[in-house]
Amino acid sequence: MELKGLIPIIHLCEHYSVETSFFDELHDEGLIRITTLEQTSYLHQDRISDVEKMIRIHQELNINTEGIDAVFNLLQKIDSLQSELNKLHDRLRLYENDF
Amino acid sequence: MTYIDYYKVLGINKNATENEIKKAYRKMARKYHPDLNPNDKEAERKFKEVNEANEVLSNPENRKKYDKYGKDWKHAEEFEKAQQERQYQRGGGQRTTGRFSEDDFSDFFSSMFGGGYQRTRRNEVKFRGQDYNAELQLELEDVYRTHKRTLTVNGKNIRLTIPAGVKNGQVIKIKGYGGEGISGGPKGDLHIKFSILNHSRFKRDKDNLYTTVKLDLYKALLGGEVVINTFDSKVKLNVKPETKNLTKVKLKGKGFPVYKEEGQFGDLYITYQIEIPTKLTNKEKELFKELAKLR
Repeated sequence: MELKGLIPIIHLCEHYSVETSFFDELHDEGLIRITTLEQTSYLHQDRISDVEKMIRIHQELNINTEGIDAVFNLLQKIDSLQSELNKLHDRLRLYENDF
Repeated sequence: MTYIDYYKVLGINKNATENEIKKAYRKMARKYHPDLNPNDKEAERKFKEVNEANEVLSNPENRKKYDKYGKDWKHAEEFEKAQQERQYQRGGGQRTTGRFSEDDFSDFFSSMFGGGYQRTRRNEVKFRGQDYNAELQLELEDVYRTHKRTLTVNGKNIRLTIPAGVKNGQVIKIKGYGGEGISGGPKGDLHIKFSILNHSRFKRDKDNLYTTVKLDLYKALLGGEVVINTFDSKVKLNVKPETKNLTKVKLKGKGFPVYKEEGQFGDLYITYQIEIPTKLTNKEKELFKELAKLR
């Protein structure tokens, strides 16, 4: 199996001072995907940025994994609404330039 | 410099217990935390205010001082001065130096507790700065080649390399270019989302390009050569005799550059659109009738 881009969860636990069970909970909630190879659990590096955010939300705001899931869903919704708003602004600008 | 009612900031009354303060702080932090309020300067300002209120009210000593001198903060300044003088007289003479950015606190806070205020370990709360999100609009032609561009984000100039083949909606992260950390925390990141506008004759799907080329009836029937415009050059193509309308031709490696795979390109798909001649002369009509008789 390919190990490219995979980071052992144990290293992340040390780095961010979190228990391995936290990663298991995130995995159970469907927020991350843990890959297990030869009894070692790994996380793909592409997810690090999101995981950092999840850890901050958990540690600084005492929000559990179910709450993190809800927060991420809402943030995604905000992001898509923001993109939609930007597109509409651009279209509006086209009409405004006509007059 | 204006007086800040820290109780009001946390939405509690003056008799609030330590537990009530903690609860109110957590509630407010959840409301204004930078991770939950992307690109919201007002939330960031409020979050700093909430942290400041918590710094003062969650520490019994500071709370006592604030309750005593709060509204008359100018007296507190005098009080501090007198305290310091007494310390020097006793031979202490040392003033703690803060390891936190003074910009994170209001002038009111600094005047009450001193610019070099150092918090106790119990209250040491550092927060990572807000992540900023920006959208960069580029034309398809702009992302055909790797190039550098200078962006201005929140007054800062950032020189950015835009790799060829960046896709519409793709986000890249620039570490440390987000909001300032709070209470000495690390800076946030800058996320740039690319919005690629396409005003070219080509439709892009991943790394492949699609275009339509008009072919006159005679060339479609009898075959011949056509010169096709690819995205950055011209290519001569042989058209087979009896080419049907909407025939597709694939030009390998003439598509769009593959992101971060130097020298690799997708394919270009050409669809032939056969044009029927119009405004026929009498002679042409006669010849077509002759041809029709032969079928």
